Amino acid sequence: MDKTNSKFKLSKTTKSNLITYLIVIIAYLTVQLLLAGGHMSSLMEGLLVPLCIYVILAVSLNLTVGILGELSLGHAGFMCVGAFSGAFFSKCTQGSMPDMLRFLLALIIGAVVAGVFGILIGIPVLRLKGDYLAIVTLAFGEIIKNLVNVLYIGRDSDGFHFSMKDSISLHLKEDGEVLVNGAQGITGTPHDSSFTIGVLLILLALFIILNLIHSRDGRAIMAIRDNRIAAESVGINITKYKLMAFSISAAIAGVGGVLYAHNLSTLTAQPKNFGYNMSIMILVYVVLGGIGNIRGSIIAAVLLTLLPELLRGLSDYRMLIYAVVLIAMMLLNWSPKAIEWKERFRETYFSGRKTGKSETAQVSQTGKGVK
Amino acid sequence: MPLLEVKNLTISFGGLRAVDDFHLSIKKGQLYGLIGPNGAGKTTVFNLLTGVYKPDEGIITLDDKDITGLKTIEINKAGIARTFQNIRLFKELSVLDNVKVGLHNHHPYSTFEGIFRLPNYYKVEKEMNERAMELLKVFDLHQEANYLAANLPYGKQRKLEIARALATEPKLLLLDEPAAGMNPNETGELMDTIRFVREKFDMTVLLIEHDMKLVSGICEALTVLNFGRILTQGKTADVLNDPQVITAYLGE
Repeated sequence: MDKTNSKFKLSKTTKSNLITYLIVIIAYLTVQLLLAGGHMSSLMEGLLVPLCIYVILAVSLNLTVGILGELSLGHAGFMCVGAFSGAFFSKCTQGSMPDMLRFLLALIIGAVVAGVFGILIGIPVLRLKGDYLAIVTLAFGEIIKNLVNVLYIGRDSDGFHFSMKDSISLHLKEDGEVLVNGAQGITGTPHDSSFTIGVLLILLALFIILNLIHSRDGRAIMAIRDNRIAAESVGINITKYKLMAFSISAAIAGVGGVLYAHNLSTLTAQPKNFGYNMSIMILVYVVLGGIGNIRGSIIAAVLLTLLPELLRGLSDYRMLIYAVVLIAMMLLNWSPKAIEWKERFRETYFSGRKTGKSETAQVSQTGKGVK
Repeated sequence: MPLLEVKNLTISFGGLRAVDDFHLSIKKGQLYGLIGPNGAGKTTVFNLLTGVYKPDEGIITLDDKDITGLKTIEINKAGIARTFQNIRLFKELSVLDNVKVGLHNHHPYSTFEGIFRLPNYYKVEKEMNERAMELLKVFDLHQEANYLAANLPYGKQRKLEIARALATEPKLLLLDEPAAGMNPNETGELMDTIRFVREKFDMTVLLIEHDMKLVSGICEALTVLNFGRILTQGKTADVLNDPQVITAYLGE
């Protein structure tokens, strides 16, 4: 009785969370309608799964950057770990179990392995602060990518063989098969990813992150972000909660990686997909959407992924325009004048609907609050 | 049997003895003041008591338990909570959430229960909300419960910090210059609040303060620090009339 009562009241945060889920679901249905009506070019269709991947990555990075308040530039590294562990599992077990079950297990394995890497890297890295932490995460991201590039794993009747040199030094028997072939990566990963699964994973990532934020642990994490010394003085275990946020963020990035790996037939670790370019691109989504604003991350990731495709007609000027649009969006969204203007707009047009003062007090955006 | 017993507490930073041979004994329920000129080492004593610094020498006992050299969070669990000279709130959290962070260790549920919204989550969150609102009411902050802490006026921020500290259910409350930046009216109100907190929560309070009106108004006993050493110690009226103290504050 009690529970239904509290659910019916729908606090502000619950309402805001529901809107976020609803946006994703409506976007999904719209795309499905467009697909059914044949209104989508094959190019756009090919972009749907990557879109889901970027949204998952942006949302997960926002947990580290916006909620924990630590700048991480190694997010693509965790995606890489998830992609390779998931793809490796799928490759090993191909044919031995139903496709959906195998993919589900691959997702879980990718998340767990990336989460473990998050803890291992988090232990040394989270002792640092600010710029120093950013640089060290960047270095760890690059190390992961480069290690994967020299990793050789093969399998024959004797079991698994590992090497960091080349595929010949695996000493495989004749019936053996090279599973991970260094810089050539993993080939022949089953194509399990789809737009529907991607959207389901987005919803799952949102569910985990939004519920975490609005729970006891999330409060502790944000308390550390706002004032570490005060958090410690009221008995919050700093190390535990920093690691928790960092590893959950890494695990969800790992899920994004598994989705990525199962969308391509060949998985290789290149600067383009798992290098710091990727980490920074995800960070751009997070910053543009608003640090700490989960819904903003989703919208920014979608817009900025679609933008280059929409600008394709401009050929050579495409990336130039992209950069200009990026600057313009950043200024429009986050310059103090623009924020002030938006607030005034909101007050003029929506003031009748809600009470004035407490509303503006909470809405005043400093960029860090959780919406 | 004193609640807090400090003996021979000493810490040096480089060559400077910031606190030298400090001792203190506070009875349960006492309102105790720590005063002294700027730079005398008062906040350093607080930082030693709360584990921010580890003492070079000395023993700190709280309620018969040795807490010397423990970490800040362990000391908080043992029963000391504090406020800060320059207010340290969780500015981007709501007023209510600030207090709920203080309740963190007393109302637990697991991460799993939190993420998957199991019945225990709703039960404990409800308890926390009720307890936090109770505390906010004591400090007349309940109407601002959903404001961001950063948007509170200064005096209320000070009160919120005390509410948050009390949420951790301490035995001893340390207040670092609670009246700093307040006008005489607000200071008067603060004095009432501190007295009220002692009655209502059966609290022992140790406070650092420069405002002599507040000190003489509510403190039962005082310790005066000067250059890291104890100048004098005793009942408030006696200490404030000590010529040594007057010299330390006003010069020769």
